[in-house]
Amino acid sequence: MKIVISATGDNLSAHVDRRFGRCPWFLFVDSESLKCEAVVNESADAASGAGTACAQLVIEKEVDAVISGQVGPNAYEVLRQAGVKIFVVSQDISVREAIDRYKNNELRQMEMRVF
Amino acid sequence: MIISVASGKGGTGKTTIATSLALCWKEGLFLDCDVEEPNAHIFLKPHIHERISVGIPVPEVDESKCSFCGKCAEVCEFNAIVVIKKKVLFFPELCHGCGGCSYICPEKAIKEVEREIGVVERGRSGKIDFIHGILNVGEPMAPPLIRQVKRHINSGTNAIIDASPGTSCPVVEAVKRSDFCLLVTEPTPFGLNDLKLAVEMLRKLTIPCGVVINCADIGDEKVQKYCKDEDIPILMTIPWDRRIAEAYSKGIILIDALPEFKNRFSQLYGKIERLYKR
Repeated sequence: MKIVISATGDNLSAHVDRRFGRCPWFLFVDSESLKCEAVVNESADAASGAGTACAQLVIEKEVDAVISGQVGPNAYEVLRQAGVKIFVVSQDISVREAIDRYKNNELRQMEMRVF
Repeated sequence: MIISVASGKGGTGKTTIATSLALCWKEGLFLDCDVEEPNAHIFLKPHIHERISVGIPVPEVDESKCSFCGKCAEVCEFNAIVVIKKKVLFFPELCHGCGGCSYICPEKAIKEVEREIGVVERGRSGKIDFIHGILNVGEPMAPPLIRQVKRHINSGTNAIIDASPGTSCPVVEAVKRSDFCLLVTEPTPFGLNDLKLAVEMLRKLTIPCGVVINCADIGDEKVQKYCKDEDIPILMTIPWDRRIAEAYSKGIILIDALPEFKNRFSQLYGKIERLYKR
């Protein structure tokens, strides 16, 4: 599975950044081999639309799942329409730890109520 | 002459000053450009005779013509368009209506349609032509509506513009191209901090300014000192007075409630005029 994690740094020891649109790095990780590609989030300082821009980036990389904190409504809508699953990390943990929890089915999948 | 009334900090008395100043004129235009929370109508009580819907152009995508190349998403400065495999997602509240997406679309699959963001109302209050904008609730973008309010300024007419507080885009849009900006502040650390921000904004816009200190007998002397150091004229001070607050709470204009202030507002207008002509 190819997953992307919003992260505070550029390697697996970095922590999960629980902000999706405003995180400094995205780590694209193969959950089996743990091969990792780090991409700078150039939308982190965008005046608006950081969430949608990041969702676009993630979709172009054809990931199966996102691991982040609470994803905002616009980004959520894009990821939902593209069929990308979102898994929520609620504690301050490393990316490596988050991937382990993901593999053990210990992460909650994000559902948003549509108003 | 176009006079804008602004302040860095909110709740310092912009509308109090702007409405009293307007009454000093024989005739003129009053524009409430605080379109997120217009309140000057509560004081000037205009008779509204015209209501105009204001919209911005937003893209409408014809997916049968679309090749999903993603150029529209790429060009959008505000990330309002996302292209996924066989779908274009549009987020209207992020769109600034620039038209870049329809311009760049190689398939001519995007046309622009109008999306209402608010209304402009015109009316009359005594000798004053009154215009204000009302932004629809939840709408994030005020500047296009403010531009429509300001379209009613004719060259040669006197106009007072009541701006929103702060130094963000709506304020810049409201004060832009005014001949003089009156900055209302209070002599407190918050008042001073935000006054400095407002002065910096006006210097970038090269608009001359003067200061009105409201509730002048509370707080400290630091606003006065700042104005002296920066060579910014203090054009009026208003004391803290419970009667002013009471009149405000009832929607009564300051110089109507306390006629002894009438002269001082005429003088204020005279001072601004002299500074403008200098």
